[in-house]
Parts: sequence; structure tokens; C-alpha cells
Amino acid sequence: MSLIEFIKQLWPWYVAGPLIGLTVPTLLIIGNKTFGISSSLRHICAACLPAKIPFFNYDWKKEVWNLFFVAGILVGGFIAFLLLQNPDPMIVNPNLSAELATYGITNYNSLVPTEVFNWGSLFTLRGFIMMVAGGFLVGFGTRYAGGCTSGHAIMGLSALQWPSLVATISFMVGGFIMANLLLPFILKL
Amino acid sequence: MEQHKNIAEMEIVVEQKHHEFLTENTDFEMRSLDATCFNESELKHPWWHNLKYAFVGLLFGILFVKAEVVSWFRIQEMFRLQSFHMYGIIGSAVAVGIISVWLIKKFKIKTIYGEPIEFVDKKFNKGQIYGGLLFGLGWAVTGACPGPLFAQIGSGATVIAVTLLSAITGTWVYGKFREYLPH
Repeated sequence: MSLIEFIKQLWPWYVAGPLIGLTVPTLLIIGNKTFGISSSLRHICAACLPAKIPFFNYDWKKEVWNLFFVAGILVGGFIAFLLLQNPDPMIVNPNLSAELATYGITNYNSLVPTEVFNWGSLFTLRGFIMMVAGGFLVGFGTRYAGGCTSGHAIMGLSALQWPSLVATISFMVGGFIMANLLLPFILKL
Repeated sequence: MEQHKNIAEMEIVVEQKHHEFLTENTDFEMRSLDATCFNESELKHPWWHNLKYAFVGLLFGILFVKAEVVSWFRIQEMFRLQSFHMYGIIGSAVAVGIISVWLIKKFKIKTIYGEPIEFVDKKFNKGQIYGGLLFGLGWAVTGACPGPLFAQIGSGATVIAVTLLSAITGTWVYGKFREYLPH
């Protein structure tokens, strides 16, 4: 197996996890930055439409590193897709694929189920709830909580901050409620 | 020689101001964490110094896609307890993070510019519960937290740009109605 084929496979958790963890000291050491991604959404608001709202009235240009960081993530996603894509479909737990098949989700070639997340279904009820309402909850919730998985679960827990533990547990509770209790009804729409 | 002394004095003043700021201002969400402290010194650097963050982000984006952290399916497995993958990733990332932060504190490691690395304690408010629950709902339905949204768009799921736009709207609406929400 060539190196590139080796890289194209799914990276196991014990490789990916520690590398994600190393982002914390890397950002601290290269410029005293605390790892966090959801703040980028706030900086975009402050840059584009501050509308005299005090929450968005700050010098976003001083935070521009965060926008460079997320732009890098976008380009990284593009490079991985273009050059390092796994040729095989994703292998998921058989219980999950059996459940998803009942909602008409059978394509595992993309990172998101293309039956749900596509331009055509944006204005169906299911597509609207999952893409538009879901996105709204992500943006509203992370800012209300003061951080997301990176800022609270990774950075906050790394610095042993107990409010971050509270936030992380809340994320998980919300996720369990959605995936197990609400999402089946939404996917049936 | 004289010039060096002045710079050293200036740095001390900046440090003091920073320290006062950290101890006085407790509404960390109201200001942006970096806005008035560390980045004061960052201003001395030309803009292209930010490219290093773009580079770290780029590696991060590749990692996100290749470990399928940004996969809607992996998030569903996680919340249905059908796979260890995501728990392994988050758990080992936190373990490495804890050790790194401990080492930085223990050996007083400085940044590449020689500045001391400072940590700010997070203050508890009820938003971490209410907001956390709301974000959890959104996370399970979109299969993405804010970082993965960017990586998903990059990896060809262009419609996720709408989800990102909606997330930005959500952030804006939070900012607009912040004072009426329980914290």
C-alpha cells in the first residue's frame, strides 16, 4: 500500500484525537491564542452587521486571527476532499444504517447524507428544519453557552474549567435528546 | 541600549494593564477574549503573521475530514452510543490538552514572541446550560459544530453554506436579545 493510499483511509481516533489536542498548545505558543471556533461567527457579525448592538461593538480586526483559522479549516476540508478522499463509502454501525434506510438515507459516499442535505430539499420541511433551523441553533446556542466543542469541550476542559464541563454535559444532553427522541420524527417528514 | 530599556518598560506596563483588566472585567462574553489584552502586542506584527493560524486551520481541516469528525453519520453514532470513535477522539484530545496546559504552566513556557502565556478562568453562568442544550440539539440535527461547518463546505457539501449563514444569523440574534435572556 502506498503512503497516499494509507493516508486516504479513515484516520483512527488515537491518531486524530491527540492531534486535535495538540492544537491547544500550538495556538498558545504561536501567538497566545485560546482555541475556539464559534467566536468566528461573532466576529463575522461584528464585521458585517454590528447594527449598534453592544455585543458586536468591538474591534473585530484584532480578532482576525480567528477568521484566518476558520478559512484554513475550509481550505483544509477542500484539500482533503480533492486529494485525500477515501474511495470507499463510509462504514457505519449496522443498526444505524438499518434505521436510516427507513428514512430513505442509503448513500454513504459523502460526509453528510445527500438525501437530506442538498440544495433541492432546502425548502422542504425536513430540509429546512435540518439545515436552516439546525444551523440557527448551532449559532445561537454556542454563543449563549460562550463556546462550542472546541472552546469548551477541548480548550475549557484542558484548562480544567468546571463551567466548561457544565457546558459540555449540556451539549451532550441536547444531542442525545435530539438524536434519539426528536430526530426520528424530523427524518420521517 | 536605551531603546531596549524602553521596550522592556513598555512591556511591563502592558502586562500590568492586562492583569488589571483580567481581574476587573468578569463579563468575558461581553468583550472578546483577546480584544484588549494579548492582541495589543499582536498589532506590532504585520498582517501576514496571521497566515500561521490559517496554516494550523488547514491541517485541522484535513484532520477533521480524514477522521470523519465532520461526518453527520459519526455524530449520529456518537449520540446513539453505537461507536467509540468520537468518544475516543474527544477523550484523547482533552487528555493531550490537559497535559499540554499543565506543562505550559509548570515550565512557564512562553510564546514564540517571548510573551508569557496566560489563562483566563471561565465564569459560570446559566447560559452554559441553556445555550449548551440548544447547541446540542443543533449539533445532532446538522451533524456539525461550528468548526466542521467550515470543513463540510470545503469538502464539497456546498449547501452547508446555508447552514453556516443560519448559524451566523443565530449568533446575531443572540447578540441582539442577549440582555433579555437568563444568564
